[in-house]
Amino acid sequence: MKKNMNILLAGVGGQGTILTSKILSNGFLQQGYDVKMAEIHGMAQRGGSVTTQIRVGDQIFSPVIEKGQADIIVAFEKSEALRWLDYLKPDGILIVNDYMIEPFTVSLGISPYPYTFLNEYSQKIKHLHVFNAFKTAQDLGNAKSMNVVLLGAIVKYLQLDMIDWPSVIQDQLPEKHVAINMKAFHAGYQQ
Amino acid sequence: MKVLMTGNEALARGAYEAGVLVASAYPGTPSTEIMENFSQYEGVYAEWAPNEKVAAEVAMGAAVRGVRSFASMKHVGLNVAADPFMSFAYHGSNGGFVIITADEPNMHSSQNEQDNRLFSKLAKVVCLEPSDSQECLDYMKAAFEISETFDTTVMIRVTTRICHSKSPVMMGERKVPEVKVFSKNPEKYIMVPAHSRKRHPVIEENLLKLASFSDKTDLNGIEYFDTKVGIICNGISYQYVKEVMGDQASYLKIGFSNPLPEMKIREFASKVDTLYVIEENEPFMEMQIKSWGIHCIGKDLFPICGEFSPELIREKLLKIPSTSTYENELQAPLRPPVLCAGCPHRGLYQELGKYKKKAFFSGDIGCYTLGYLPPFEAMDLSIDMGASITAAQGFQRANEWATDSQDTLKPFALIGDSTFFHSGITGLINMTYNQTPITTIILDNSITAMTGHQENPGTGISAMGNIADKLSIENLVLACGIKKENLVVIDPYNLEETKKAIKAGFDAVEPYVIISRRECALIKEIQIQRAHQKCQVNWDKCRFCKACIRTGCPALQINQEVNKVQIDSVQCNGCTVCLQVCPFKAIEKGGDLA
Repeated sequence: MKKNMNILLAGVGGQGTILTSKILSNGFLQQGYDVKMAEIHGMAQRGGSVTTQIRVGDQIFSPVIEKGQADIIVAFEKSEALRWLDYLKPDGILIVNDYMIEPFTVSLGISPYPYTFLNEYSQKIKHLHVFNAFKTAQDLGNAKSMNVVLLGAIVKYLQLDMIDWPSVIQDQLPEKHVAINMKAFHAGYQQ
Repeated sequence: MKVLMTGNEALARGAYEAGVLVASAYPGTPSTEIMENFSQYEGVYAEWAPNEKVAAEVAMGAAVRGVRSFASMKHVGLNVAADPFMSFAYHGSNGGFVIITADEPNMHSSQNEQDNRLFSKLAKVVCLEPSDSQECLDYMKAAFEISETFDTTVMIRVTTRICHSKSPVMMGERKVPEVKVFSKNPEKYIMVPAHSRKRHPVIEENLLKLASFSDKTDLNGIEYFDTKVGIICNGISYQYVKEVMGDQASYLKIGFSNPLPEMKIREFASKVDTLYVIEENEPFMEMQIKSWGIHCIGKDLFPICGEFSPELIREKLLKIPSTSTYENELQAPLRPPVLCAGCPHRGLYQELGKYKKKAFFSGDIGCYTLGYLPPFEAMDLSIDMGASITAAQGFQRANEWATDSQDTLKPFALIGDSTFFHSGITGLINMTYNQTPITTIILDNSITAMTGHQENPGTGISAMGNIADKLSIENLVLACGIKKENLVVIDPYNLEETKKAIKAGFDAVEPYVIISRRECALIKEIQIQRAHQKCQVNWDKCRFCKACIRTGCPALQINQEVNKVQIDSVQCNGCTVCLQVCPFKAIEKGGDLA
């Protein structure tokens, strides 16, 4: 692994970004790294824009990532990639879940949804990976495990195979959810 | 072994290890998870109080009896608890007593940006400021030692980034000190003027001892590297500054910020070429340091408003502006917080919004504050917890003197169940007793929802999971003086019933109360109950008039290909508000869909 690494997860309230970052940061901790993770709980419970940020390395001070410093951004909802894009390093990885949650501002005509932005950015972003993690999770039998499908993809693209992720997942999840999430993890890894 | 904890989890752990036996809190972002976590430990008494004043006083009573206790709250909660907080500084403590205030630079979920370090100075009590989760645990334990040694209240001040960031923590063992002897002592515990006049000099003397302790304690630590630049900083600012400057500066990290360590600051100032004071919000340290004749740079360079970041420090201190990697021509859509799909407040606001030109909506603090936004725009004022009824009363009394186009506005007060228990009851008593004809709507979703579902006196369960007798809002309202015929209970999922009640409330000439009752759609049991209840759009009937879209439900989406509305079956819980507003009967109850 690189010396210091910055991981930014962006999504919509209720999508499970916090669980994904919890599994990730515990994996890093078990491997002996210093880890900090920041999250912001906004007002209300669902539907708002949310982000969690993980910083990992030998010694970490700030829990928040600076602009242009994320090694990887994972957009749990498609357009959230755009909101955080200026945090990505020039050679950073962008994983986009090809899944849209249109805010009511779009339906009400207050704010347009950038349906085609990926076409325009596919040339500019060197390491862009787009797939529908919602569908992958749904096909496995539980749409809610979408966040762990994305975890699998993060582990693959950041090459974090030195950590025993199945055992971390087992530690972090209630037993009844472990089996489905193991499948989700592997499906994400094989994307 | 180290474990990852948020600052809030670590504060709870620290309290547990310090042997705290009694703790009380009212939920409020970013402080809520402190009590949520503390209440999970065995061998403690933990509770959700109806408000922060109650929480502080419960903890104070426990400390007087001789156990270690704490109360936790968000920054504005300390305003509510300010009365006991200020007075109890004179009593001192017996068992250790700690108040945790969670401040919100940048107001992620708050109405103002007050820096409660100023409160510690006003009350003449100790202030500690941890900068990561390990320190949250360690400082919590130190706080009780200091409280008992110096017979004082200790305030622990954290901010959102400390509360909600995770970092590794080494846990220790719990040690419960013996319960201290309580001796009756009116001169210490009853603050009548004769006693207070004797206690005040004791507190002033105590502050001198504490100032000398502040100079000696490791909670204020100096790290010398390059001495061209010296930085005095606190809390999360320390982490940002270290991130940016590394060993290119020297640091005096203030963990014990009231009283400040004057000697240590003088010594540090004398050894560095340029002295900066880097603190979020108020120039709390800077003003004191300048008053000692020490030259330093603080708020000339760093803003009072908002929160800091490593980028901001780099830009201000090193003059290196932050750069974006990608210039975005396109923008992400606005995604403000929104009432959830199936939220019981939607039905109420759907009908209430129709009165926006004829009514004045005095609001309160909770998820329902979002009713001010389009499409409803049914909130005109929101001051603080509990202000809906009282401010509506004032508005009405003033409106009686007005002679302009607004003089017919009918005041409605909108208040949630938890907020009503918090500080709405006294307002209702005042309004009723003084016969002010306003209509109060209590939006009872049977939980403290916005902060993440904490129990309250209406839920029937205590913070420790014990079954309790639910407090009846109806009985409470009647006891406050509302006449039986002026009280109505409605189900906001039923728009016809809701409409009728609001009309009656609008026409009422006496104090009138509507209880709009339906559980929060996100309560686990409710989600299970309603998991298979969905609505669906019959595209043969949908004329794309968007009447349903104007309910603002996030489960409703526009299908661009066919120009019809579709319902996201993951989010929908079959509340049927959209079904009821559709003029073409195009929305159908799917029944128990899998």
